[in-house]
Amino acid sequence: MLKILKYSFYDLSRSRWSYVYFVFYLLLGIVLLFLNNNLSNAVITLMNVIILLVPLIGTIFGVMYYYSSKEFTELLLAQPIKRSSIFLGQYLGVAISLSLSLVLGLGIPFVVYGLFESAIIWDFFSLLTTGVFLTFIFTALAFNIALSNENKIKGFSYAILLWLFLAVIYDGLFLLLLMYFQDYPLDKFSLIATMFNPIDLSRILILLQLDIAALLGYTGAVFKQFFGTSLGFFIAMTMLFLWVVLPVARMLYVAKRKDF
Amino acid sequence: MKLFFSILLLIFSFQNYANTITVCKDCKVSSIKKAIELAIDGDTILIKKGTYKEHGTTIIDKSITIIGEENPIIDGEMKGTIFSIQATNFSIEGLHIINVGKSYLEEFAAILIVNSQDFQIKNNLMEQVYYGVLIEKSSNGIISNNTISSNAKEEAHSGNGIHIWHSENMTISNNHITKMRDGIYFEFVNNSTVFKNTSKNNLRYGLHFMFSNNDEYLDNIFETNGAGVAVMFSKHIKMYRNLFKKNWGTASYGLLLKEINDAELIHNIFENNTIGINADGTNRILFTENIFLNNGYAIKVLGACYGNTFSKNNFLSNSFDLAYSGHINQNVFDQNYWSSYTGYDLNKDGIGDVPYRPVKLFSYLINKTPEAIILMRSLFIDIIDFSEKVSPIFTPADLIDSNPQMKKIRW
Repeated sequence: MLKILKYSFYDLSRSRWSYVYFVFYLLLGIVLLFLNNNLSNAVITLMNVIILLVPLIGTIFGVMYYYSSKEFTELLLAQPIKRSSIFLGQYLGVAISLSLSLVLGLGIPFVVYGLFESAIIWDFFSLLTTGVFLTFIFTALAFNIALSNENKIKGFSYAILLWLFLAVIYDGLFLLLLMYFQDYPLDKFSLIATMFNPIDLSRILILLQLDIAALLGYTGAVFKQFFGTSLGFFIAMTMLFLWVVLPVARMLYVAKRKDF
Repeated sequence: MKLFFSILLLIFSFQNYANTITVCKDCKVSSIKKAIELAIDGDTILIKKGTYKEHGTTIIDKSITIIGEENPIIDGEMKGTIFSIQATNFSIEGLHIINVGKSYLEEFAAILIVNSQDFQIKNNLMEQVYYGVLIEKSSNGIISNNTISSNAKEEAHSGNGIHIWHSENMTISNNHITKMRDGIYFEFVNNSTVFKNTSKNNLRYGLHFMFSNNDEYLDNIFETNGAGVAVMFSKHIKMYRNLFKKNWGTASYGLLLKEINDAELIHNIFENNTIGINADGTNRILFTENIFLNNGYAIKVLGACYGNTFSKNNFLSNSFDLAYSGHINQNVFDQNYWSSYTGYDLNKDGIGDVPYRPVKLFSYLINKTPEAIILMRSLFIDIIDFSEKVSPIFTPADLIDSNPQMKKIRW
């Protein structure tokens, strides 16, 4: 598995797109920090970028990589290698190289700016952690979609639809439900509903460290109480972890039984 | 001739009245009570360094000056009010008063002043008090440079730092008040000035204002109080250059305005509050050249607010600039700087060409369903906010700032 991971990782690190992705984050980080002068504003803008762009890139890149390396995969399948190591290796190769672009791209300008002396380091750290989690989650989802769809066009459309659903439509439905049932106590419901969407979950985790003043309205207090404690944080992290593990498990399960 | 007479009078009075009674452990007069008994109008009581375990000292109709040398400690041993005074023209300076007892029935205070005129309470240090300075039905008092603190834990079982009831022409300045119930409390107090005080970490309000007219408070600092500052049922109040900071909590405001008419708020700074200003039933108030920085809500306007003017304020990175209930807008928003303004300025006159709408649809939704706060900064919310901005349906259509500034306003 490690060998395949290494191959896909090297393959990707030679790819133009990884560099584009890396340079994009590098530029974003530099522009935000050196033209803005306000560190906490920069972190908020970064949050918007991370919770939208990272999932999008993760899904598109994952699907693209799977389809483009399909012939190589079939070649590998002919060798005496376990199927799980082939797919896990490829998956980790993509996810790790994307995460690396993200962490380095944003990390370098922040380190140059002198992040370690500033109090905002924990915000930044949680930003990167959730970014890495989102990369792993959405790459896994993308591999699932690609495995289940031989047709490239269909695969791409499903991938984009998935992103659109989790990033936008889910929140719309969520808000509709909240408005519709506004006469009932909804704080438990909304906590649970956020758990089922990794983008919402990451957003809340970052927000609770930034916009606390507004969130501390009377409902805000409930959320703060939940996510602020170590138990709440642990549950949120577990959920993010499950969001990685479950799609990966399904991917391996499907790959084992698939007739290539 | 006049001057001559007054000098003569001064010398005359000096010779006749101005005795100084010195109190110390080894002196002829060793207790403050005894000294006050001996004193007559115009006398000075000089209290030397030491600890005096006294409470229930009363001064009635004696115009005397009490001066503490090197902060003598007056220990009330938790038994009750330390000084109760009913007199004109007196002053208390430089004392260190500790351990005023607590009571559910009586309002024990370090210094209780009733029916008095022309007095000064200066440079005192009061610790572990129930009420600090409690003033009733008095006028022309100066309370300055005092430090008052306690360890208030619950509202029902704690008192206020400086509590004034039914008085006039009071000046409260340069006091430092911490950990009381209300830092400064005004009820039926007219024509008074509160300036350069610091009121911090109080259980309820930093400053609490009720039924008091024609007062001004200037250059004060109100920080991390339970619920901020409340100004209620008052008219003609001037609030200039105050700092309202870090009033965080579920029911916390920088400034709570309720039933206030004809007031002026100028050059104040509201920073890191859950709600900067909560306005309820306020009319004809001028809010100008204030700074709202990093608040949850900069301003929350509830019902019955008419004829208020918000102009030339800086709204900087607040989560919500304005929350509004109802469809009707009778207030004016003009020439403010909004950091979230995204318009342009083609003719370069420093005024944005597109009006700014400070109320977002999302803040309207949160008013209806508070749980929706969990969707804050989601892409979906940005989309609906944008569409509401383009064609307002739920938020008041005429609530706009037609002259949003392109640059931060300086003064």
